[in-house]
Amino acid sequence: MTENGIGAAVRRKEDHRFITGQGQYTDDINRPNQLYAQIIRSPLPHARIRGIEFKAALDMPGVVAVLTGRDMADDGVGGLPCGWGINNKDGSPMTEPGHPPLAADTVRYVGDQVAVVLADKRSIARDAAERVDVDYEELPAATSLSAASAEAAPAVWEDAPDNVCFDWEIGDAAATDKAFASAAHVSSIDIVNSRLIPNAIEPRAAIGEYDSGRDEYTLYTTSQNPHVIRMLMGAFVLNIPEHKLRIIAPDVGGGFGSKICHYAEEAIVTWASKRVNRPVKWTADRSESFMSDAHGRDHISHAELALSKDGDFLGLRVQTRANLGAYLSTFGPAVPTYLYATLLAGTYKTPAIYCEVKGMFTHSVPVDSYRGAGRPEACYLLERLVDRAARETGIDPIEIRRRNFIPQDGFPYQTPVALEYDSGDYHACLDKCLELADYKGFEKRRAESAERGKLRGVGLSTYIEACGIAPSNVAGALGARAGLYESGTIRVNPTGSVTVLTGSHSHGQGHETTFAQLVTEALGVDFDSIEVVHGDTGKIPFGMGTYGSRSLAVGGMALMAALEKIKTKSRKIAAHLLEASEDDVEFVDGQLRVAGTDRAVSFGDVALAAYVPHNYPLDVLEPGLDETAFYDPKNFTFPAGCHICEVEIDPDTGVVEIDRFTAADDFGRIINPMIVEGQVHGGLTQGIGQALYEQCVYDDDSGQLLTGSYMDYCMPKADNLPNFEVTTNTTLCAHNVLGVKGCGEAGTIGSTPAVINAVVDALSDLGVKDMPIPATPERVWQAIRAVSG
Amino acid sequence: MSITVSFTLNGESVSAEVDNHTLLVDMIRDQLGRTGTHVGCDTSQCGACVIHVDGRSVKSCTMLAVQAEGADVGTIEGVALNGNLHPMHEAFREHHGLHCGFCTPGMIMSVLDLVQQNPDPSEKEIREWLEGNFCRCTGYQNIVRAVRAGAQAMRS
Repeated sequence: MTENGIGAAVRRKEDHRFITGQGQYTDDINRPNQLYAQIIRSPLPHARIRGIEFKAALDMPGVVAVLTGRDMADDGVGGLPCGWGINNKDGSPMTEPGHPPLAADTVRYVGDQVAVVLADKRSIARDAAERVDVDYEELPAATSLSAASAEAAPAVWEDAPDNVCFDWEIGDAAATDKAFASAAHVSSIDIVNSRLIPNAIEPRAAIGEYDSGRDEYTLYTTSQNPHVIRMLMGAFVLNIPEHKLRIIAPDVGGGFGSKICHYAEEAIVTWASKRVNRPVKWTADRSESFMSDAHGRDHISHAELALSKDGDFLGLRVQTRANLGAYLSTFGPAVPTYLYATLLAGTYKTPAIYCEVKGMFTHSVPVDSYRGAGRPEACYLLERLVDRAARETGIDPIEIRRRNFIPQDGFPYQTPVALEYDSGDYHACLDKCLELADYKGFEKRRAESAERGKLRGVGLSTYIEACGIAPSNVAGALGARAGLYESGTIRVNPTGSVTVLTGSHSHGQGHETTFAQLVTEALGVDFDSIEVVHGDTGKIPFGMGTYGSRSLAVGGMALMAALEKIKTKSRKIAAHLLEASEDDVEFVDGQLRVAGTDRAVSFGDVALAAYVPHNYPLDVLEPGLDETAFYDPKNFTFPAGCHICEVEIDPDTGVVEIDRFTAADDFGRIINPMIVEGQVHGGLTQGIGQALYEQCVYDDDSGQLLTGSYMDYCMPKADNLPNFEVTTNTTLCAHNVLGVKGCGEAGTIGSTPAVINAVVDALSDLGVKDMPIPATPERVWQAIRAVSG
Repeated sequence: MSITVSFTLNGESVSAEVDNHTLLVDMIRDQLGRTGTHVGCDTSQCGACVIHVDGRSVKSCTMLAVQAEGADVGTIEGVALNGNLHPMHEAFREHHGLHCGFCTPGMIMSVLDLVQQNPDPSEKEIREWLEGNFCRCTGYQNIVRAVRAGAQAMRS
């Protein structure tokens, strides 16, 4: 390992600009002569637009334009596309309604975009928006899954009977029925996976700029995947060819999936900038973020686990309804299907699994990826159910898991729900976690808590996740409408420094550091002489961006492939300079050496020769040292691990305090352990947030978003959380050159069930059998009162 | 109605014409061009906009620009000491107290006030002090670690 190479806890390159206030986020950018956009949003969950009166707004000094859905339609603007098609059980395609960026006739959720005011100042745009009078004819609405599933429920779309977008299945129903028929015991559970609002601390923002001289557009936007936005907005919404559209996603203040989607505002500001021939800037208020950023989760499920008399899992049957919101967001349909039900095997060798998922429209914000995206929903359901089965059969919750784990020599393992796991060691992660958590000492701690009148419980989860969704052709056959490869360029500069261009996008993950570690390890180039460039379609090769913990396992591997090309070409150049055979030249510590001799040239000299090719094999080799690779993975990667949570509950108040939280994760090879640990901390916190604090709530009667600000939506704060104990246990991914798996979402996936299993454990002696999420003090207090009579 | 507001920003005299309803954070960002101070919410809860006014941390989204007339205002851009990183800067970097960096300026401005009032804060005191600062990335653990280390470095 070199000082700053693979495995080193290198301090981050990007930090200097962030800690000194010199980061450049979208709202920090201002373009000459720019206008400010204020979006007028529907205050009603469902209504017909009878008319829009905006003369009073237009007459205000400083107001330049008020534009509506009619103007967009007149300009031939298309709808926001969905990036993943799902087929029904009968093979027919899902119902896919149109999604105009500005609603022309009907609004379908509180926050739906209706019109935009453009003004010289932000404050004027805001004041003018107050003077736009939209005449709504209110229609009945259904914001929740239960309301939308009810008999004679209000229809979100006329062509989606019963509000069903798709009715999908996976697995073998007959084999699963057979497994249940032979079961000694069946455990079942009803799960509500609560709706969440991602809440990256940087609100979304976008600046559209049209250059009439060149007939070119630039969009600055808070995106995790600028090329995806270019493709979707250019080809489907605004009909702008790629070479005339540049997307810049500069520093982005967190994403967590919510900045994957192509949003209406991106199209609105880009389109409007040409209409008025001035740059147009929009920045969301947090209130707008709550009602317009794609939400996450929101499932209702019933699940049953069939067990033998010895506690072997025989079969798993799951029915899920998933809330998709009013429109199909970019990857909305993929989340509760291929990113959810395919993970229901978990870490277990359950031989038969069958899952049905109904995707439902409701009058609510579109639902899409939120950290984990489908995998936390699967893990939460499975790990709650396994704990319940343990309790019902009297088998220890650790023992029942061990008994059913896929054994270490069982890889590759084909699950009954499409995935093939390549590697893992679930027993080792569990053992390591038990030890670090001092699981043996739990009963003593429980007794100590009891002396203080507190109820202590312990819970665990053993999770699996699938990262770096791939390969493209398989994903395409399953409905993906895009490729899932990544690109990377290694550009060696004439004096030997290196510019790395990546299609991945960093919005907190530290790619500028991790990717530089790969380069310094491969080429021996000084760490400070490496610069990583991302987020600008005008600079980087076509790439798919960052989501699903894919950056290292896919983007990093594209860079590894480009580095290999650089090394190959460097050896050819060095062989010429050293008058040796290419086969004899080896790359050692930043030098190219003739094996077994002291004859060597530095990598810097090779770079210089490539760009000043005076002494160079021009007849057989191009000048330059600049290589690009695209990498399409052979399979997903499968991080896995174990989380153990210990809670202490005050029975008088219902307050749950997490006293200890331990994680042992298998992320494959680790490039920067400091960054990995940070990702785990953040992921755990979001999973704990779902378990104890966060929940998006709509009012059933009015359809209003009740949790529309930080006063009502409870985000975890520093004093809500313990210090986490985290460790890793590594098995290498079998199908990429570094054996890396990914670490971005694991914390969120495993932690929610561990916390709730601990809460149920703490209350189980009182007779409490279940606990919904979030386990708020009121719910816990009520549950205790209910069993205490 | 517009009003001219003047104050000292990071030791330098500044003034700008603002509307009477202009928030201090908007004046700092939009008119004075110091974009290190961020806006993450509209209900005074996230803390991304924390700055110093007359030596105390305040949420600059919760003050009108006119209220800063004549004040001594400090933002994240003024924390570096003669071009060198402040010990609290160093601590955040050393202990990985940031991911996306968006909440970081507000965090640093906030905890500098804490350390000024309490040079050796305990972990519990730090966690309680940060009640007004959201971070969605880090889980706070490394922020707490950074603040303890930064405070220690500032004491020595």
